[in-house]
Amino acid sequence: MSGTELSYIRAVNEALSWALESYPEAVVFGEDVALPNGPFGATKGLQERFAPRVFDTPISESAMIGTALGAAVSGMRPIVEIMYADFLLVAMDQIVNQVANARYVSRGRLVPRLTIRTQQGATPGSCAQHSQSLEALFAHVPGLRVCLPSNAAEAYAMLRAAIASDDPVMVFESRRLYPTKAEVRLDEPVEAIGGSKVVAQGDDLTVACWGTTVADVLTARPLLEGDGIGCEVIDLRWLSPLDLDPVLSSVERTGRLAVVHEANRTGGFGAEVMARVAETLGPSFFAGVRVGTLDTRVPASPLLSRAVLPTPERIAGELTAFMKSAEAGAGHR
Amino acid sequence: MVRVRRFEEQLLGLLKAGELVGSAHLCIGQEAIPVGACSVLGAQDAVVATYRGHGWAIARGVPLVEMFAEILGRDSALCGGRGGSAHLMAPANGFLGENSIVGAGVPLALGAALARKLRPGPEPAIAAVSIGDGAMNQGNVHESLNMASVLELPLLVFVENNGYAEMTPADALTAVPAHERAAAYGIEGVVVDGNDPVAVAEATGRARAAIVERGLPVLIEAMTHRLVGHYSGDLQAYRPSGELEAAWRKEPIGRLELRIADGPSLEAARASVEAEVATALEAARSVPFPGSEDAGGHLYELVAR
Repeated sequence: MSGTELSYIRAVNEALSWALESYPEAVVFGEDVALPNGPFGATKGLQERFAPRVFDTPISESAMIGTALGAAVSGMRPIVEIMYADFLLVAMDQIVNQVANARYVSRGRLVPRLTIRTQQGATPGSCAQHSQSLEALFAHVPGLRVCLPSNAAEAYAMLRAAIASDDPVMVFESRRLYPTKAEVRLDEPVEAIGGSKVVAQGDDLTVACWGTTVADVLTARPLLEGDGIGCEVIDLRWLSPLDLDPVLSSVERTGRLAVVHEANRTGGFGAEVMARVAETLGPSFFAGVRVGTLDTRVPASPLLSRAVLPTPERIAGELTAFMKSAEAGAGHR
Repeated sequence: MVRVRRFEEQLLGLLKAGELVGSAHLCIGQEAIPVGACSVLGAQDAVVATYRGHGWAIARGVPLVEMFAEILGRDSALCGGRGGSAHLMAPANGFLGENSIVGAGVPLALGAALARKLRPGPEPAIAAVSIGDGAMNQGNVHESLNMASVLELPLLVFVENNGYAEMTPADALTAVPAHERAAAYGIEGVVVDGNDPVAVAEATGRARAAIVERGLPVLIEAMTHRLVGHYSGDLQAYRPSGELEAAWRKEPIGRLELRIADGPSLEAARASVEAEVATALEAARSVPFPGSEDAGGHLYELVAR
């Protein structure tokens, strides 16, 4: 089966279009998604084809998420767009106290079949309130599903899986990758949620990453190869449900694990990955390092933001240094 | 109303005896609002309430035995003990649940209204949500009133003004009464005597008809008085002396009795409710407790992989 070359944002658009065609109970709403075609174009042309199931809402994130939940437990399949992940914080009560509790407290009698689409991360010039990577906050909350597509093909496949799922799924897209293109197979069967993937093979160092950072790690990989370090790159894709099996089997071979994410290092999901691998393999079995945004706010000036973000150059530098210190330590493996 | 009152009086006894652990937020004095409203709402309508929502659940026909079992932490047919007094739900009765976050039920009701608008059944349907006077100062309520108005959603908001926002007098915290604030969102706001079930039923009927006809939300502010504390352990030292005594003279059950004094005696009804509630409590006591192995279940759908 051959694919179609699509940009990330166009792949999202195709997945939404598929959902509205496949499910008469599907509804798409958010700020500027209907008449203006979406702030980034994700919902382009959908209102024209599917009104009244595609509509604009006021700038009211709490009301939007609550509406999605109330409609979901009344038999609909809402897909709500939160323009920036930073704006999820405005709706935290509805996400954590309401959406995450619905199925559990009702003992499965309420089905929160909804998808929250958002995008996150820094792009040159984006301010501190439009640049955060917040997936760990939500991966911490039982009852929510969390995924971060790393390219156009994944955006299409993972968004369809999210929409088809009966669980409330938060899809963190990558604004920086929206224009990037990949082969997308539009007529593949819908996947179940979950599952990580080995996206590049190597024998020296296992690198777990997700979302935007996968592209950055793949950019850094040849730089590391130049230093004789072969990286096995694993795209975790879903933080909930989390599939660590490929990471565990890779670390069993390499004895070295790096987790790279754009979120701040402290309390990032990398800490969870590292802890779980240590719990499973034993802390003396491997050496590990986390690379993330420095523990600071994200400044708007591109010059300043480059100094705190995990750019491919910084990833390569930190991983090379880690490999050197791990060799020197030699206590591992 | 007598059923709701007697049910909650039993809860007070269970709390005192230690059979009910924790606390309960009772609606004693406010029964006319859920009872009057639910006498008009249809089975196809959705109802969302607050942690002070036992009256709404019972008025929606949720069996007393299940209510008692749920609140006593037993394996009830409602939430299997996961909701308790303040967060119980009964979707089978069109009761989407109590909510323990002030004001947070309104966005949920908005979605229930949206679903009823976009996927209409054979009968017109609306979503009704009850909040307190204190919730009128929560941002999500105002987001929702505006959004319900611009999206023309069939939403009925009851503001039960019971005089207190938790433990602080409501009028000290409220710049403009709730029913007047409705105008700010281009929706109809009405005020009704919340201690008169007939007045509440009539106002609900008019509001529901207007919502169905015009496709716009309506807000009803029902004036009442909470005759108990914010929660069961509340000592209510904040109340001025004489306030409760005066409020008890206007409570809805006694008032209704006076109104129908020359009709059939309420004594027979009282005795039958007394027996019904006692029987339900006994039956609830034989509902088993949930197994602790169930505590982690129903977090997600089962995914076959």
